[in-house]
Amino acid sequence: MNLTELQAIAAREREGRKPIRIRCCMAAGCLSADSQTVKQRLEAAVAEAGLADRVEVCGVGCMRLCSSGPLVQVDPDGALYGRVTAENAPAVVAALAEDGQAAGEAPELVDPAQPFFAHQVPIVLENSGQIDPERIESYIAAGGYQALYHALHELTPAEVLDQIARSGLRGRGGAGYPTGLKWATVAKSESPDGRKFVVCNGDEGDPGAFMDRSVLESDPHRILEGMAIAAYAVGASQGYAYVRGEYPLAIRRLELAIRQARKLGLLGAQIFDTAFDFRVDIRIGAGAFVCGEETALIASIEGSRGTPRPRPPYPAERGLWGCPTLINNVETFANIAPIIRNGPEWFARIGTETSKGTKVFALAGSITNTGLIEVPMGISLKAIVEELGGGVPGGGAVKAVQTGGPSGGCIPAALFDTPVDYESLGKVGSIMGSGGMIVMDERTNMVEVARYFMEFCKDESCGKCVPCRVGTVEMHRLLTKIAAGAADESDLDQLRELCQLVRETSLCGLGQSAPNPVISTLRYFPEEYAALLRERRRPTDAPLERSTP
Amino acid sequence: MKRHQYQPDALIEVLHKAQELFGFLSSDLLLMIAHRLKLPPSRVYGVATFYHFFSLAPQGEHTCVVCMGTACYVKGAGSLLAALEHEAGIKAGQTTPDNRLSLMTARCLGACGIAPAVVFDGVVAGNQGVEQALERVKGWLEP
Repeated sequence: MNLTELQAIAAREREGRKPIRIRCCMAAGCLSADSQTVKQRLEAAVAEAGLADRVEVCGVGCMRLCSSGPLVQVDPDGALYGRVTAENAPAVVAALAEDGQAAGEAPELVDPAQPFFAHQVPIVLENSGQIDPERIESYIAAGGYQALYHALHELTPAEVLDQIARSGLRGRGGAGYPTGLKWATVAKSESPDGRKFVVCNGDEGDPGAFMDRSVLESDPHRILEGMAIAAYAVGASQGYAYVRGEYPLAIRRLELAIRQARKLGLLGAQIFDTAFDFRVDIRIGAGAFVCGEETALIASIEGSRGTPRPRPPYPAERGLWGCPTLINNVETFANIAPIIRNGPEWFARIGTETSKGTKVFALAGSITNTGLIEVPMGISLKAIVEELGGGVPGGGAVKAVQTGGPSGGCIPAALFDTPVDYESLGKVGSIMGSGGMIVMDERTNMVEVARYFMEFCKDESCGKCVPCRVGTVEMHRLLTKIAAGAADESDLDQLRELCQLVRETSLCGLGQSAPNPVISTLRYFPEEYAALLRERRRPTDAPLERSTP
Repeated sequence: MKRHQYQPDALIEVLHKAQELFGFLSSDLLLMIAHRLKLPPSRVYGVATFYHFFSLAPQGEHTCVVCMGTACYVKGAGSLLAALEHEAGIKAGQTTPDNRLSLMTARCLGACGIAPAVVFDGVVAGNQGVEQALERVKGWLEP
């Protein structure tokens, strides 16, 4: 494979396209709303109407506005239909026929210029919903694998490292460690046996987050290209993509992508006629939240129980089988190819001083427009909730936004002017996290929310270190007691103390961040806790009250 | 196992495949895997019990998995599960005595856009109301 051949594939793919394309969303959200049947009906309708020579139907990845799924978009005029069903699908095709005979009622039209779409800046999701994720040619036609070619032929590994560092990209898994620095550490580290590894962390365990799933389902080749560039920069020749077992479709599409790339010589030995070799294997997770933690992930890839170990040494120095290992999140890898293609300055222009680029969020909960959004860093929460999200369905008031899953916190409506970047979210007691964003309205009980997350952490604690294993169980017990209205002031004090203790003494990120939802709800919604305490204290108010049943 | 060249580090891959083939991981099966991969049985058992995905008991004829992710939770998955538990007379994680239905919960299916989500026999259904879900399960519970 060389550049001419790559461009020939792209040209062939573009020429083969028919003038009108009907794109039908085939990501997990829409598939569960039966978009497979919708696609079949569309194909049948095209054939019936005799339009097969100028209209084609293709399955694409996520079109982002999941609440209106299944979504169908028609090119080139861009008409976007929502809630398409097998019954009203033929009307989409009928509207394309010259005589324009409407066959039954057409599905509702969604405005592609509404704020939900207009405020987004798609970089990671630029191909999502545009290309067919099951065909490598479709990705190549969209400029795919050219960044890899450019890196291999025109840049030295050191230059790639430099470009990533200058772009200001930070890890999208949540903690926001500078990607360039991480890569440089792996590149510098000596390996005992000469092996180095690149690992893609697709163990998206945060409940309420589905960005990585969508990227893997909608544009799997982009991840492979990002991983290959990373491997070239740090000197690795083997990669692992660790994907959650709960995402069968993402696994299937990624497997298919690896096979296609290998067949075209874009993975494997001597890629693009250079001395660079790179293989990727998939490792399937088995439902353990803690495996999102780097060292636990490594243990899991090695086939053991996913328990973390103390750092340092960091995986960048000693990771898989004791060799230097680069671990990045799916979204981080998805940013690599565009940075190499458009240059680090282009990327650094987007976002804020310390947080560059865009972030993908999974917007869900009590909000009108649920789905995926990709927004520039620094946008305010208010803009996300009110403009992109469209507020609470039925017009209620938003109470809080929860970011970062069980490791993050709840941000109250009063602080919605907070810009979305790593530092600002940290200041208000939450974290950027991997990108789950759950909107809660007036009806949500914050003590229950804290209890829900603690139950999650209690179940997911791997049990290796005592503060996390015992602390989460105790905190959950206290929260249950408070929620049941059976607690008094001393229980609340104990809860506060435990939060501090678990945060400071746990071994890994799971334990250290487990108290965050409790701390943030205690900080912003103390009246809800107080209300539950008072009920018990008022009628008795006696000190001996606790010992007598 | 042959595909993984009997590599001990492929244990999780092998367990996935075994569960896919046999439906659950019996103790005989775990012993056999341990033997073939030259791993101590304690290690295999440890890994199989550590991960939620692996099941050591046989499943019912039909399965119903309620997603308890944050988005589904906010949209009422809790009451949905309670209603299903009441209807089937079992708790989440259990199978009815006549082996017709297994009721389970999931951490997050990543289908938050269509919350609350329930998986009936491996097919994801979104925007589930209590009545809708009960309707599905009722048909399975009747003999």
